[in-house]
Amino acid sequence: MTNSPLTPGLAAARLPADAIAAGFSDHEPPLDPHEAAVAADRCYFCYDAPCVDACPTGIDIPLFIRQIATDTPEAAAATILSSNILGGMCARVCPTETLCEGACVRETAEGKPVEIGRLQRYATDVAMTAPQPFARAAATGKHVAVVGAGPAGLACAHRLAMHGHDVTVYEARPKPGGLNEFGIAAYKATDAFAQREVDWLLPIGGITMECGKALGRDVTLTQLQDDFDAVFLGVGLGGVNDPGLGAANGVLRDAVDFIAELRQTEDLTSLPVGRDVVVIGGGMTAVDAAVQSRLLGAENVTIVYRRGQEAMSASDHEQDHATGAGVRIRTNATPVAIHTGDQGAEIEFAYTEDGPGGLQKLDETFRLRADQVLSAIGQRLHAMPDGLVVEGGKIAVTGPGRSTVAGIWAGGDCTAEGEDLTVSAVAQGRDAAEDMHTYLMGGKNG
Amino acid sequence: MADLRSNFVGIKSPNPFWLASAPPTDKEYNVRRAYEAGWGGVVWKTLGAEGPPVVNVNGPRYGVIHGADRRVLGLNNIELITDRPLEVNLREIKQVKRDYPDRALVISLMVPCDEDSWKAILSAIEDTGADGVELNFGCPHGMSERGMGSAVGQVPEYIEMVTRWVKQYSRMPCIVKLTPNIADIRKPAEAAKRGGADAVSLINTINSITSVDLDLFAPEPTIDGKGAHGGYCGPAVKPIALNMVAEIARSAETRGLPISGIGGVTTWRDAAEFMALGAGNVQVCTAAMTYGFKVVQEMISGLGQYLDDKDITLNDLIGRAVPNVTDWQYLNLNYVTKAQIDQDLCIKCGRCYAACEDTSHQAIAMLPGRVFEVKDDECVACNLCVDVCPVEDCITMRELPLGDTDPRTGQKVVEFGNWTTHPNNPMAKAAE
Ligand SMILES: Cc1cc2nc3c(=O)[nH]c(=O)nc-3n(C[C@H](O)[C@H](O)[C@H](O)COP(=O)(O)OP(=O)(O)OC[C@H]3O[C@@H](n4cnc5c(N)ncnc54)[C@H](O)[C@@H]3O)c2cc1C
Ligand SMILES: Cc1cc2nc3c(=O)[nH]c(=O)nc-3n(C[C@H](O)[C@H](O)[C@H](O)COP(=O)(O)O)c2cc1C
Ligand code: SF4
Repeated sequence: MTNSPLTPGLAAARLPADAIAAGFSDHEPPLDPHEAAVAADRCYFCYDAPCVDACPTGIDIPLFIRQIATDTPEAAAATILSSNILGGMCARVCPTETLCEGACVRETAEGKPVEIGRLQRYATDVAMTAPQPFARAAATGKHVAVVGAGPAGLACAHRLAMHGHDVTVYEARPKPGGLNEFGIAAYKATDAFAQREVDWLLPIGGITMECGKALGRDVTLTQLQDDFDAVFLGVGLGGVNDPGLGAANGVLRDAVDFIAELRQTEDLTSLPVGRDVVVIGGGMTAVDAAVQSRLLGAENVTIVYRRGQEAMSASDHEQDHATGAGVRIRTNATPVAIHTGDQGAEIEFAYTEDGPGGLQKLDETFRLRADQVLSAIGQRLHAMPDGLVVEGGKIAVTGPGRSTVAGIWAGGDCTAEGEDLTVSAVAQGRDAAEDMHTYLMGGKNG
Repeated sequence: MADLRSNFVGIKSPNPFWLASAPPTDKEYNVRRAYEAGWGGVVWKTLGAEGPPVVNVNGPRYGVIHGADRRVLGLNNIELITDRPLEVNLREIKQVKRDYPDRALVISLMVPCDEDSWKAILSAIEDTGADGVELNFGCPHGMSERGMGSAVGQVPEYIEMVTRWVKQYSRMPCIVKLTPNIADIRKPAEAAKRGGADAVSLINTINSITSVDLDLFAPEPTIDGKGAHGGYCGPAVKPIALNMVAEIARSAETRGLPISGIGGVTTWRDAAEFMALGAGNVQVCTAAMTYGFKVVQEMISGLGQYLDDKDITLNDLIGRAVPNVTDWQYLNLNYVTKAQIDQDLCIKCGRCYAACEDTSHQAIAMLPGRVFEVKDDECVACNLCVDVCPVEDCITMRELPLGDTDPRTGQKVVEFGNWTTHPNNPMAKAAE
């Protein structure tokens, strides 16, 4: 028996194994040395370059590109990694069209920016064939707890270790990496890149990784405050928003959860997907869930977003990526109910109108067939220990990640700083580490 | 399209584009294909004296300077003159010339610096039907160690002497090819003229080491761990060649001596520039070696279009820029310009700012929002900003009209005045 995109309900192996493998292969393959030289040559080496300002980690982009152009990709990588230790992952996952490349003067001039992301990957790929290049300073005797081994926690831990502090990382999941390992679209980080990157950066030394240890379950914040000289919280957003559609007979699933399972599935031909998939939401998670459903062989995949297309947080580039993969995008509709029956499930949407009085639900509705409804309407913070101030659903911080409690810093998605992006998490983890270092070495904390 | 037919010292060709004496003209197979592709003429790869031919290295012969996307900007070679037997070359020359009577075919020669050798080679080529000879006094490597090539070209007395022999023993037009490896290019040109040369051609290659292998610690190209200097050519040498051509064209002693312009000609525009500075035709090597014979088709169409657009003939073009080549002391010091930045074209890269602020005159302001503006009261009009700006015509130089005040100096723009009459010049002649 073989399945196809037309097989009703949920089914695995809707496409031949080679088609699935091709779909999930590196979606932007690496540049070869000649391509890199040509791409690097397009950089104008701008004065006080706008791309640098547009990079949350402030990588010296013109310098690293010039280092590639002069055939020293190792030096280019050192430039990148000294600002952003996860420069390899960021090269793969950053929405460069809204960050560095969006600010490139050649985007203004010709609508064709310098390919900064791909050049960054070129350099970091070279660097990652060798040990991580940073030396650890003499031990300070200080000990820091980092909670969460996502981009924020890893960047923080690496920077603290570099300054000679000892770091213990508590990670609730069995593996480190955070959303790099469990969330990013599979075709952006192929060949177990997230784990390879962690394995490459940890040998700086001084970092103890405690996986399967959750704050609030296995250890309390008070304990950490007592046992360590400082604490960093990089716990991300563990909870998800509820679309308010009830239990919905197993049709409804959270998109982040679906993607996490996908990312951890060795053999993707064993992963079931619906014939008709509906994704609710308008961001990067919605796009990734929709595109990957298509790549698994779903026949019809529709993203439904409650406001107008211009309000979607997924960039034009990402929307194009989705439609290019055969995903349909519908806007101005919000889900009201899921109906199940003999003919298969359907999801019902009410049309909406965005006016001065906010989003209005109209009376008229429509239905879409849906073997699978993936909800991607945002994530939120898990309950936080008492004492920490939470504002707007995120941990309140000031400056470089200082929480309202002395000795506790936070960064990444769990704070309201910056956009919820890998690169922002890295920047915040790094900056918090620098601030903690000043504090630990006798400087002042806020 | 404009008539591109050329008559250079009596040698006729359908266009002024000749292939220079080099690998592209080394043998019949190449030359036939070059003619088929449209080249107006060729100067055959330099022939040596009768007897066992020279040998070349069997390792790499070239060094290269690359620009963006591995574009060849400069080429360096350690190749010698032809390494094929004289009789073979002569037989092929005769056959090709017979089949392409309308194309120019000039034979390049290099033999030892004695009268008998020159007499012998000239009689050997007598009945090939070739249109002329070019004396290779230019190759700067290998042959020069044996007293030929640039070893002759660096001694004006030898140039004059050999040219005289050639004119004495041959009826053919004689072009003397000059080496640029000399302090004043006018001296060898004058010597050639005194010896009776019909024309000079220049430049041959420039002594050079293009690069050093940083693992082997040896110049490139590296032959078994060692390297020798070679001769540099290609787009990079054009500015040097243009200056030398202009020097000969405007010198009182050599004015009117026909010039065949060589050195970095890559497009029709390069050719037009050489001709405007006095070259009667041009010769090409590196562009053909880089892109193949077909490049001549762009040169032909481009030069034709240019002449049509300007509504001038090929002869009108030749030497048209020579009267405007002058000495620094005669430049108008009262001509005042200011840089101006077109804000609509500006892409905000800030290169002009970095250049002017760090290395020039701090005459560009960087305003909020990355707006770059020229400060007229600081701008000395060096035009570095124009040169480093990646957008064509974004920064231009605006001329201040007579009577306006230059905000930098506070002085009014006045009539022509050059250094010879300038008050700061201790040697100034009083204006009459
Ligand atoms: C589907 C999806 C796709 C995305 N795609 C992109 C993309 O293409 N490009 C991009 O830039 N960004 C993308 N993002 C956003 C990006 O992944 C996040 O912004 C980034 O991972 C945030 O890093 P972080 O370290 O703050 O949190 P996380 O990556 O979420 O890491 C937090 C870590 O803390 C652990 N943790 C949580 N609670 C506890 C606890 N109590 N005790 C111990 N450990 C705990 C978690 O297990 C996790 O490992 C995507 C996000 C999602 C959901
Ligand atoms: C605008 C300009 C002015 C120069 N003026 C001088 C000078 O006054 N004295 C001098 O010795 N060299 C002068 N040079 C030559 C430089 O010092 C240097 O030798 C030359 O530019 C080659 O080096 P580069 O091309 O690697 O920069 C000048 C160069 C430039 C571009
Ligand atoms: S012309 Fe020279 S001095 Fe004037 S603004 Fe440009 S770089 Fe500065």
